[in-house]
Amino acid sequence: MAKDLILEMRNITKEFPGVKALDRVTFEVERGEIHCLVGENGAGKSTLMKVLSGVYPFGSYEGEIVLNGKVQEFRHISDSERQGIAIIYQELALFPELPVYENIFMGNEIVNGRVIDWNETKVRAAKMLKRVGLNVDPSTKIKELGVGQRQLVEIAKALSKDVDLLILDEPTAALNEEDSENLLNLLRELKSQGVTCIMISHKLKEIVAIADTITVLRDGCVVTSLDAKEHKIEEQEIIKHMVGREIENIYPAREVTVGDIAFEVKNWTAVDRASGREILHNVNLNVRKGEIVGLAGLMGAGRTELALSLFGNVPGYDIRSGEVYLNGKRVEFKHPADAISAGMSYVTEDRKGNGLILIQDVKFNVTVSALEKLVHQLVVNENEEITVANEYRESFDIRTPSVQTPTGTLSGGNQQKTSLAKSLFSEPSLVILDEPTRGIDVGAKFEIYSLMNQLVARGMSIIMISSELLEVLGMSDRIYIMSEGTITGEIDAEDATEEKVMAMATKTVEEAV
Amino acid sequence: MKTEKTTTSRQGKEGLAAEVASLLVKNIRDYAMYIALAVIFLIFSIATNGLFVSSRNLINLVNQTGYVAVLAIGMTLILIIKHIDLSIGFVAGFLGAVAAILLMNGWNVWIVIPVVLLCGVLVGVYQGFLVTKIKVPAFVTTLAGMFMFRGLLSMVTAGTGTIIVRDRTFLQLSNGYIPDLPWGANLDFHLLTLIVGIGLVFAMIYSQVKHRQSLKRYDFETTSMSIFVIKQAALSILIMVVTWIMATYRGIPWTAVIVSVVLLIYNFMLTKTRFGRHIYAIGGNAEAAELSGIKVNRVTFLVFASMGLMAALGGMLYTSRLASATPTAGLGFELDAIASSYIGGVSVGGGVGRVTNTIVGALVIMSLTNGMNLLGVDISFQYVVKGAIFILAVAFDVFTRKRGNA
Repeated sequence: MAKDLILEMRNITKEFPGVKALDRVTFEVERGEIHCLVGENGAGKSTLMKVLSGVYPFGSYEGEIVLNGKVQEFRHISDSERQGIAIIYQELALFPELPVYENIFMGNEIVNGRVIDWNETKVRAAKMLKRVGLNVDPSTKIKELGVGQRQLVEIAKALSKDVDLLILDEPTAALNEEDSENLLNLLRELKSQGVTCIMISHKLKEIVAIADTITVLRDGCVVTSLDAKEHKIEEQEIIKHMVGREIENIYPAREVTVGDIAFEVKNWTAVDRASGREILHNVNLNVRKGEIVGLAGLMGAGRTELALSLFGNVPGYDIRSGEVYLNGKRVEFKHPADAISAGMSYVTEDRKGNGLILIQDVKFNVTVSALEKLVHQLVVNENEEITVANEYRESFDIRTPSVQTPTGTLSGGNQQKTSLAKSLFSEPSLVILDEPTRGIDVGAKFEIYSLMNQLVARGMSIIMISSELLEVLGMSDRIYIMSEGTITGEIDAEDATEEKVMAMATKTVEEAV
Repeated sequence: MKTEKTTTSRQGKEGLAAEVASLLVKNIRDYAMYIALAVIFLIFSIATNGLFVSSRNLINLVNQTGYVAVLAIGMTLILIIKHIDLSIGFVAGFLGAVAAILLMNGWNVWIVIPVVLLCGVLVGVYQGFLVTKIKVPAFVTTLAGMFMFRGLLSMVTAGTGTIIVRDRTFLQLSNGYIPDLPWGANLDFHLLTLIVGIGLVFAMIYSQVKHRQSLKRYDFETTSMSIFVIKQAALSILIMVVTWIMATYRGIPWTAVIVSVVLLIYNFMLTKTRFGRHIYAIGGNAEAAELSGIKVNRVTFLVFASMGLMAALGGMLYTSRLASATPTAGLGFELDAIASSYIGGVSVGGGVGRVTNTIVGALVIMSLTNGMNLLGVDISFQYVVKGAIFILAVAFDVFTRKRGNA
């Protein structure tokens, strides 16, 4: 029986100066299926989707795109949109200051003659929101919505254009488990309505749960296409295809004896000055020497806010109460500089946004937060700087042509390793890692985990904020769970299960107290 | 990287041509301003029958460029950290007038100069305070400053109109030359100037060789030996030509000395010190810089203070040049300074720029002014030309950077 193909990409080859990003890729999508595209970073997933959507125009690649049986020559995104293809990127393209309804019909306005028909827009927007199961007033501004809700608005926007083929680039990367689950349910619902989905994802658990077909890319080539309709595909099998080898245990084992308390926070309460809202409520936690403490919770639970308020109070909160002890001494950090010089460092969840200085090279970034170590009589010793950067490049296996390469050109995993190197150059005794493996591939994740193990083996303490439950369970010695700005639970990793952590993460403040 | 090094040295003449071509393409942004400068020189030399490149006019050009150069150096820092200062034109004009008034009232020049410089710092401190503490955008703060200092300039010159400066020492700043050594008295050239020029050539070659050695040591990409030698030879010749012109005229102008000292200090600060790194870090990504433990507010504040200092210096150089303070002094200086920085390769997106290149940018702008003045081009039309060159430079910058990132 011939398959009913909505899309065929035949022998697609796309070259960039010096690299073959796609090498004769043939990719087929059946009508009405959910097709997952997986592969390590740099495997060519996003490039393939950009070719499909017309970001890379016809002529800049070799090969053929056949949509609904017709050969297509997309020269611009609008061409592919007209043919019913919509792509939703990892970085959402919404206007925070505008209401939901305006965002949904942005660029696709409902006009009555020459003027926009706002009433009709609102009515249609409400319908779209209902279709994606988002229960908010269409007049709400985007900035008031959470990440998960924004994702749904993006999908509503795509649906408003009558899409047949919806492409999602890591839709759940920034979502917590609950929102992710909602999103996956929505995709199933859309599937039943006849919408075809291509989803790029790093989260294998989701892929296994939702995919009809799984295509694995590696180094610009299709490794395999697995049919998941008939029988369940195991995560291990996907990983094997992705990395070309089997990774026995994603979370490397470590043997570290945990020492005394290195860092302690008592009764930490912080208020946002602008809104007067209590962001953090009476937080108590501690970390021991050589210990990895996981900080779990849903998006918006206040974990990053806690980290930033401790790390020199970057957001400028009004700290209503609380004490912080580092290595037994009471400390008060007015600026990240104080925290860094006292031996604390923070690796941000958003390495491109506020982590690295992308136009500067690897050595600049590695040394920037502790330059005083390289200064002799006012002058930054560049030879020493290069030596230091090269040491990190080797020990962390940062894959870069040289330490003079701008960090903006590195892959996600290598950027993350550079961020890590940067935070370690100041020789901290406590490192807070905020979503250390977000958006990086399985291989690089394993390397980051191994590095974390090395650090605690050297006597450092780590607080790891993570939205990936398995990672928290796999890497932590002890887990704190946050919800609504306070700690709702503490549990030893040995006793922890996904269910237990999830239950505490969804507690409200009233229940916790 | 390694292979490139060995192949380039092995390829003969053809390889050299290819390397020159690839260097040109790769560094088009850096070379563009030199090419622009060369073209401007060529055009004006022909159009003025050589008058433009006469010793007298070239020295004139140096003296004219002085005030723009120091303003542009201060501005470069401001632009690197993604702010702007529109007030400096009239701050310079006003402080130049303050200097003139103090001198007229019989103050000693050695007191006037530091006092005016201090006033400049205070202006910078005031604007820096508004930008960093009150969080008023720099554009707004300095636009307001532009009006205020324009008004103040009008007020202090209202009674007298143009204020003539007669202090000899002060006039030397932009019109004088360094004294010669006693042994040079009977020579028909300026001995000290020649010695300084030769010294510069040696210093340059020494530092370049050292730099190249350290690049090699770490296996970084370097140009081939022949290119390196040609480049050093060309630069040496250029320095010696300029030196000879000055030596056979009246020696090195004090303006050149002042600008060189300022340039040396700022270049050292930007490229060698922690403070300089912090400036580039803030320009590259202010949020990341803050999280890296850099006190963004403090650095920003200091950069504005330095801008004020440079405005004061620029204002005095200009007053000295004209031997008077006028009610309209300072008009459009900010644009010249901003244009010099952008032509010199400061990125509109921030985080990129060098004061050494900014000086070349200032030379481009002032060569245009000087050349058009020689040709008797109407001042109104000069504005049009300068505006066009400015926007061309920025558009070119944006274009080449976009291509570089793609």
